[in-house]
Amino acid sequence: MSAQPILQVRDLHKHFLAQGGGVLRRVDRLVHAVDGVSFELGRGEVLGLVGESGCGKSTLALTLLGLETATQGEIVFEGQPVTRLSASGLKAMRRHMQMVFQDPYESLNPLMTVGEIVAEPLRVHGLGRLKAERDQRVRKALEDAGLKPAEAFLPRYPHELSGGQRQRVVIAGALVLEPTVLLADEPVSMLDVSIRAEILNLLAELRQTRGISILFITHDLATAAHFTDRVAVMYLGRIVEMGPTLQVLASPAHPYTRALLSVIPVPNPRQRKERIILQGDPPNPIDLPPGCRFHPRCPLAQDICKQQDPQLHLVAAVHEAACLLVDKVP
Amino acid sequence: MSAAADPFQHPSAGKLRLFPATRRLEGAPVLLDVRNVSVDFVGDGSAPAHAVADVSFTLREGEMLGLVGESGCGKTTLMLSILRLLPQAGRITSGQVLLDGRDLLSLSERQIEEVRWKEISFIFQGAMNALNPVRTIGDQIGEAIVCHNLARSRAWLGERVRELLELVGIGGGRKDQYPHQYSGGMRQRAMIAMALACNPRIVIADEPTTALDVMIQAQILELLDSLRTRLGLSVILVTHDLGVVAEVCDAVLVMYGGVTAEYADVDTVFNHPQHPYTQQLLGAFPDLTRPKNRLLAIPGYPPRLDALPPGCRFAPRCPAAFDRCHREQPDLHRLDPFHWASCHLVEPG
Repeated sequence: MSAQPILQVRDLHKHFLAQGGGVLRRVDRLVHAVDGVSFELGRGEVLGLVGESGCGKSTLALTLLGLETATQGEIVFEGQPVTRLSASGLKAMRRHMQMVFQDPYESLNPLMTVGEIVAEPLRVHGLGRLKAERDQRVRKALEDAGLKPAEAFLPRYPHELSGGQRQRVVIAGALVLEPTVLLADEPVSMLDVSIRAEILNLLAELRQTRGISILFITHDLATAAHFTDRVAVMYLGRIVEMGPTLQVLASPAHPYTRALLSVIPVPNPRQRKERIILQGDPPNPIDLPPGCRFHPRCPLAQDICKQQDPQLHLVAAVHEAACLLVDKVP
Repeated sequence: MSAAADPFQHPSAGKLRLFPATRRLEGAPVLLDVRNVSVDFVGDGSAPAHAVADVSFTLREGEMLGLVGESGCGKTTLMLSILRLLPQAGRITSGQVLLDGRDLLSLSERQIEEVRWKEISFIFQGAMNALNPVRTIGDQIGEAIVCHNLARSRAWLGERVRELLELVGIGGGRKDQYPHQYSGGMRQRAMIAMALACNPRIVIADEPTTALDVMIQAQILELLDSLRTRLGLSVILVTHDLGVVAEVCDAVLVMYGGVTAEYADVDTVFNHPQHPYTQQLLGAFPDLTRPKNRLLAIPGYPPRLDALPPGCRFAPRCPAAFDRCHREQPDLHRLDPFHWASCHLVEPG
């Protein structure tokens, strides 16, 4: 990782308005979807953003792309503050930061051919005006995404492709703009296990050959374990732990991370282990509990946890956690 | 963090749960004996799709059997055929499904009605999202009991529904709430309560945790496991998630392209797999305890069931395939008293 990170996020908040109350007495309340998130993405780095549904990880990605407006905080991309960009500035920025969506069955237009789908981002961004150049870029993107030979796929429609091939088309559609950052939101969760590794290996290869940085958003810590350099664990709109993946797996500091790690099934019956099963569901992000937002479900919560809201602090070199009970390193 | 300060050694250990280690179930009586079941789907004019071919397994009392395979491998079709719930185009072309020695495939429609829910119940994939939004949860659970003429009185029914909800860890007071007032995990619990409504001996759960978060998944698996101990239930867990199977099942049936690839106790399947598909599948599955291992990709795609390869169904993707594999379908070989695999490479003798 070089000194200057490609993406910096500082104290980012995204709150949505939720209307509650009755017909006569309307109460406006805030959903704290993203509630003070800070992190950096290094050049060529794969950072995993892991959390359960509703923890705010997808909202965070949409906010990074400017598809949602940040309520507060700063996003700096290549040294440029994204949060202050105009609509056209945002569009220019998105050429370099592309999203790979979760569901390759829903995110491809069934009426367009693969060639048209992959060429569309060029048209949107006014690139490749000459047909020859456009065709050449589309072919390269398809082949880089593992759809070889490209000619065989250009005239086909999404329904003629398998799930893995569709996800490759989605990735080709992102690659055609030659972005420097990919936001991959659950890129393999809809695919069968035997196909997943292919797509992950493809993403790993793109990082190797093109130096693309990847923010890998997932609920699946086991997949993140194999694929990411660093991992950030989110709970209720906050990052509660962040550090090098191997280190977080080996010595998780935050009680939530520890519980999460303990319940992920290990594909070996000889390693059935004690599981820390948190009861109930995460509280809703409207009425956040006072103090530490994890304390109502935390098996270790003390009185102090009900009063004080912990911030991320170093618990080891380059390993941070937001828990009052975990010692800071000096 | 020092070991002494390890917070999870704290006395609040009520939240720590431990699944029992693999149990040997050889002594338990066989409840369900599925023998050589084959199912075809017949379209108008087109070639029949051989969705399930010659699959056999047994389920013992108190056993949790994992049925594993990728989408389209015939898992759900096999399960539906046990209760004869196949859609119209589906035909069971051969085989027997013996429950206490009685062949369910030869029963009349009225007789099989008596088996559904009361002997074997089915938690359908995604059913938790198919609850009727304008009726209360309790009402919908009660319906199963009323439909089978098991309700003794209105008061008794109310009490029974309350009891069922409490059995799955939902306060009985919530029986008058509607599905939207339940979280995803609670709706799945309600589906389990419904499956238990008529006191079945066997529950078939089709991907019961697939759409749920890992923490909720752990809650549901723990619930299924505790129900099997408390009620003596036998469970067939249909899933694509090998991790889930390793955690809770006693035996595993791995299906590929409609046939049995491998069938054995859980330890054998995970630690001594003999079929190349099982081996490849395990290599493709992420393992938190081995983050440095590169995940294996299995090249290619599962076969189309209406255009099956002439030989072994896995041969086109198999790294160990040789001539014979492309010509001749392998038999299911018995490698040990409780270990079968269908591969030419493991042919005994």
